[in-house]
Amino acid sequence: MFAVVQFPGSNDDRDMRFAFKSALGVDSRLVWHKDTELPADTRAVVCPGGFSYGDYLRCGAMAKYSPIMTAVRRFAEAGGPVLGVCNGFQVLCESGLLPGALVRNHQLHFVCEFVYIRVEQAATPFSSRCASGDVLRIPIKHGEGAYFADTELLARLESNGQVMFRYCTPEGEVGPAVNPNGSVSEIAGIRNQAGNVMGLMPHPEHAVEEMIGGTDGLALLGSLVDFVVGRAQ
Amino acid sequence: MSELREPKVDIELAREHGLSDAEYDQILEILGRTPTYSELGIFSVMWSEHCSYKSSKKYLKQLPTEAPQVIEGPGENAGVVDIGDGLAVVFKIESHNHPSFIEPRQGAATGVGGILRDIFTMGARPIASMNSIRFGTLDDPKHRYLLHGVVEGIGGYGNPVGVATVGGETSFHECYRGNILVNAFSLGLVEIDRVFRARATGIGNPVIYLGSKTGRDGIHGASLLASAEFDEQSEAKRPTVQVGDPFTEKCLIEACLELMRSDAIIGIQDMGAAGLTCSSFEMASNSGTGIEFDLDKVPQRETGMTPYELLLSESQERMLLVVKAGQEDRVFEIFERWDLDAAVIGQVVDGGRMKVRWHGKTVVDIPVDPVAASSPELDRATAPPADLRERQKLDLASIAPEQDPGGALEALLDTPDLGSKAWVSRQYDQLVQGDTIIGPGGDAALIRVKREDGTITRKGLAMSVDCNPRWCWLDPRTGAMAAVAEAARNVACTGAKPLALTNCLNFGNPEKPEIMWEFVEAVQGMGVAAEALGIPVVSGNVSLYNETAGRAIYPTPTIAVVGVLEDWEKHAVSHFTKPGMTVVLLGENREELGGSIWLALRRGLECGLPPAVDLAYEKRLHRLLREGVSADLITTAHDVSEGGLAVALTESTITGPERIGVEIELSDGIRPDALLFGESTGRVIVATQDLEGLESLAAGCGVALRRIGRTGGPRLVIRPPQGESWIDAELDRLHELWWNALPRRLEPLEGEEAA
Repeated sequence: MFAVVQFPGSNDDRDMRFAFKSALGVDSRLVWHKDTELPADTRAVVCPGGFSYGDYLRCGAMAKYSPIMTAVRRFAEAGGPVLGVCNGFQVLCESGLLPGALVRNHQLHFVCEFVYIRVEQAATPFSSRCASGDVLRIPIKHGEGAYFADTELLARLESNGQVMFRYCTPEGEVGPAVNPNGSVSEIAGIRNQAGNVMGLMPHPEHAVEEMIGGTDGLALLGSLVDFVVGRAQ
Repeated sequence: MSELREPKVDIELAREHGLSDAEYDQILEILGRTPTYSELGIFSVMWSEHCSYKSSKKYLKQLPTEAPQVIEGPGENAGVVDIGDGLAVVFKIESHNHPSFIEPRQGAATGVGGILRDIFTMGARPIASMNSIRFGTLDDPKHRYLLHGVVEGIGGYGNPVGVATVGGETSFHECYRGNILVNAFSLGLVEIDRVFRARATGIGNPVIYLGSKTGRDGIHGASLLASAEFDEQSEAKRPTVQVGDPFTEKCLIEACLELMRSDAIIGIQDMGAAGLTCSSFEMASNSGTGIEFDLDKVPQRETGMTPYELLLSESQERMLLVVKAGQEDRVFEIFERWDLDAAVIGQVVDGGRMKVRWHGKTVVDIPVDPVAASSPELDRATAPPADLRERQKLDLASIAPEQDPGGALEALLDTPDLGSKAWVSRQYDQLVQGDTIIGPGGDAALIRVKREDGTITRKGLAMSVDCNPRWCWLDPRTGAMAAVAEAARNVACTGAKPLALTNCLNFGNPEKPEIMWEFVEAVQGMGVAAEALGIPVVSGNVSLYNETAGRAIYPTPTIAVVGVLEDWEKHAVSHFTKPGMTVVLLGENREELGGSIWLALRRGLECGLPPAVDLAYEKRLHRLLREGVSADLITTAHDVSEGGLAVALTESTITGPERIGVEIELSDGIRPDALLFGESTGRVIVATQDLEGLESLAAGCGVALRRIGRTGGPRLVIRPPQGESWIDAELDRLHELWWNALPRRLEPLEGEEAA
C-alpha cells in the first residue's frame, strides 16, 4: 500500500494518487499530518507537492514538526522507500532525511514549465524503468527549487552516486543555460546514501497521460511500483 | 463593560461616508430615527456603488440571462451552468482594480482569493482560473513595478490554493496609466444537485462564522475604495487594502467541501466586500428572514475592536454559514481538524430585521429589505462624448500604404501586447489538478472534466477572456459585441460549444454623462451579442470610477466565455502540428483598418470605426468549428484578432512545440496592408488534411472558405499571386522577437531587484 502524506497546504496530493491509480492501477491512502502512525500495510511513502503550512517560513520547515514525520522517519530508517516531490522534497531536506537544501530560484520568480532531466542513476527503486542517460520531459512548478549543497557535500553526493537527475537539453546535454532555477550542478533530484529516500523538484505525477503532459513521469512512479511489488513477492 | 465612544451621526458624517443627502434622508425615513454610527457604516457600504450597483442595475436588468443550460444566473455568488453528466460549472469574473493600483501584490492576491470564495461558496471545487490584467505602458517604471507585483500576487495566491491558472490576457495602454485593471476569473465544478446558495431559512437555526479571525484590515476596502475616483491622496488609502492568506483559503476550501458533503448546511455565503454586514444581509434578504447576532462571539485578531470595525472589516478568508439546528458539532469537528475557527455567533429570526449586539447592547436594529433589496437605483444622465465623431473619422485614402510589411510584422511581434506572455504565465501553476490540456497561450484554455472522486469524464471545458479596449473607445457598442464574439470564437476554435458568459465591466466615473453613455452602449452591445449567440450572461461585476485626475480608462467590458467539448480527446489547437497540411481561411477579409494595432503602431493613429461584427455568421462559424473538429477535419484552428492575418499566421507557426513554417498566397480586392494587418472579425485560420471534406461541411454551414497555403519549411512566406512576396521571414527570427518582447522591457527592474 502506498501512503500519500497530506499536510495542510498540500495541493498535489490528489494528483499523485490519481497518477498511481489511473496510470499504474495502484491504490494509495491519504495519511493526515496529525496521524502518528502510518497504516500498518504501508510499503512506500510519498510526500507530495504543495505549500505545507503555507510555506510562510522556509519551505517544509514547519512540516518537519508534523506528528506523521516521526513515523515517516522511522519508516525510512527501517529501509522503506520514501519519495518527495517538490514541496515533499523540501520537507525531506528540512527533516534531515535528505542532505542539502532548496532555496529561492535564481530569477526570484515562481517558474512553471516543462523541463528535461537526465537520469544519472538507473539502478535505484525510483528509476529502474530508465537507463542512465535517459532524458525525461517533466514539468516543474516552484519558487524555491534551487538545490544547494556546499562543496564538501556536493563532492560526497557525486562520489556516492546520490545525484539522481540533472536539468538538461532535450538532447541530454547538461549546462547552466538550461538550469531553470539555479540549482548547484544542475541537480534536479537526489537520494540518500542508503538509497531508499529520494527527492526531486520536477513533478512526475503531472506527466502520466499522453495528451496531458506526456507520459515520461510514469517511468519514475512505475519504478517505485515495480520495487514495491517486487519486494512483496 | 467598556464605554463605546463613537462619532455623532449627522448629515456631515453621512457625506463623509459617501452618502448623498437624499440617501441620508431615506435612511432617516427607513429607521424613523437617527442611525447609530454602526448603522450609518452599514448603509454606506451596502449602498456604495461597489455593493449596490446603483448606477448600473437599470441596464444590467435588461441582459439575457436565461437558457436551458442555465441553472443559476446573476444574483448569486456566481453563475451555474449545466454541462451534462449530472455536472455543472460555476464561474464568475470580478475586478480588483483599485486595490491593485494602491498595493499591487496584495490587491491582486485578494482579488484571486475573493473570486475563489465566490465559487466554492456554491459547493463547487475551483478547478481553473484566468485573469485579464491591463497596465500603462512599460516605459513607465511604475507600471513595470505594478506588473511585477500583480503577477506575483496572482501566482502567490493561486499557486498555493492549488487551482491552475490556465489562461488570460495581459495588455498595455496609456489609458491605464492612472488606473490599472485586475480582473480575476475562476471556474468550479459541482454536481448539479449539490449547489449551495446564500440562504438563512429556518427560524432558530444557528448562524456560524468560519475561517480567519476578524481584524482591522480592509475597513471600507472594496466598498469605498472602488466607489470614487483616485486623486493625489490615494496613496494614503494603502491601509484599506486587505491582506490575503492563501494557506487559510486552501484549508477553508477543503473544510467547506468536506462539510458540504454532509446535509447539515442550509446556506452559506462568503464575506467579501463589507464583510460580515454584506454577507448576513444578503442571506437574510434572499430568505425573507432576519438575523440576530452577537459581535462578542466573532473570533477576533485584535482587542478593542468597535462594532463599526467588526461589522465593516474586510478581513479575508471568512465565511458565514447557516446550518440545521443540532448540526453544529459536525461543523466544529471538521473545522477543528483543519485548525480553522468556527463559532456560533447568532441565529435566524422571524420579522426581517437585522439585530446586532455588542457588550450586551443593541448597536444595530434595522429592517433587512430596505438596505439590501431596495437599495437606490439611479438613472444617470448619458451623452455621447463630444469628440466621438472625431474619434471615428478615418479616411483610408489619406493613410500611407505600408511600404515594409516584413518590418511591420516584426514591429508588431515586438510589442508587449502581441509578444509572448510566457514571462507572466510561467509564474502561475498551470498544471495542478492534472487536467490542463491547453494552458496559457492558446486561443482558449481547455481542461478535462474529472469528478471529485477522480473519475475521468469525456467532457472538456474551454474558456477564454477577451476585450479590445481600443475598439470599445471608438465604438463601445460594437466593441462589446466584438468582445463577446471573440471570446466565443476562441472557445469554438477548440471544438467546444460556447455555453454562457460572465463579464467584468470596467469604466470611468458614471457621474459623467459620456462615461455613462459608454457604459450603456457597451452593456447593450454585450446583451445583443449574448442573445444572438445563445450564450446568456450568468454572472458579472461592475467596476466604475476607474478614473484618475479626471482621466478615465478606455471602456473595458471584459468578457469571459465558457464552453463544453463533448470529447476532450478530440480538440483543435492554435498552432500548426505538422508539415504538408492545407491551410484555409474561414471568413472574409475586409478593408478594415480602423482601431487596428497596425494603425496605432505604424501611423500613430487611434481612430476610425472598429471592424463590423456579424453575429448570425459567428453562430454558423461555431457550428462549422465544432463539427469540423469532431469529424477530425480540423486539427488547427486559430482566431485572427489583433495584428490581423500576418500576426495570426506567425502565431500558428511559432507557438507550438515545434516551429512549422507556412507558405501563403493571398489575393483580395483590398489594399495589401489591410489584407495583412486588418482586424476584420469572424476569421479563423484552419489546417486540415481533408480539404474536400471541410469544404463540403463549410458549404453546409454557410461559411466562406478559401485555401490559402500549405504548412512546412522554416519560413513564413506570404505573397500575392504575382510579384514579390510581402513577407518572407525566418521563424527563428520571428520567434526571438515575439519571445523577448516582454522580458526585454522588464529586465531593468529585474536588475534593480537583484542588486
